[in-house]
Amino acid sequence: MVGARHGAQERRRDREFEAFTAGAAGRLLHAATLLTGDPAEGERLLVAALARTYADWFRMRGDDPYDRTRQELTTRFAHRAWRYRRPRGGLLDRLPPRERLVLVLRLYEGLPEEQAAAQLGLPAERLRTLCLRAVAAMRSRA
Amino acid sequence: MSGAVSGPLPDRKEAEVRRMLTGAHPPVPADLAARAANRGHRLLRRRRLLRLALCAVLLAAAVAAGMWVAARWPTPPSPPAPLGSWGLAPR
Repeated sequence: MVGARHGAQERRRDREFEAFTAGAAGRLLHAATLLTGDPAEGERLLVAALARTYADWFRMRGDDPYDRTRQELTTRFAHRAWRYRRPRGGLLDRLPPRERLVLVLRLYEGLPEEQAAAQLGLPAERLRTLCLRAVAAMRSRA
Repeated sequence: MSGAVSGPLPDRKEAEVRRMLTGAHPPVPADLAARAANRGHRLLRRRRLLRLALCAVLLAAAVAAGMWVAARWPTPPSPPAPLGSWGLAPR
């Protein structure tokens, strides 16, 4: 009885997760690749973040799975930022990890300033400064 | 915006960089979702095992505490010898 219900729930999780990934993976993978610079590394980062989303699927209580995955992605990247300090190629090659995070959240994902600042644990003014600096660096690069 | 800003306004600059960022998306590997689900599944199993281990430890601790209390409990003194008639102890 309990086993059957558990099995049905697991199947539902698989089904819903698959549908979510089919829609969101492209955009998330692009964001992850922008952050890491290296496509294979970006894929690894995204798989780890998505695994967490899968495990927490029934615990989100109305939270958007996309937002949760993006949050997990940025947190993981921020924790391992030392690994990405040296340039690895990619569009944001010359920016330090924190500026890459700011650009991806603010400009690629279009998050409002306060929300991006909260997610990165920075004051809003600091975020604005980082964003301006990163934008200037990108434009001088072009 | 203040007139001190030279060149395009920050919004225009941001839009320019935004366009640079939204380039071609890399192709998504076909097995990406399956790999993530597998890893998520392992994560779930590990969490369940951890919860089970925690429950077992708590249960063992509760049993041990119960046994310790039972062992230390002072045995009640044996009931006093019954009194004889007139409230005097029988000889």
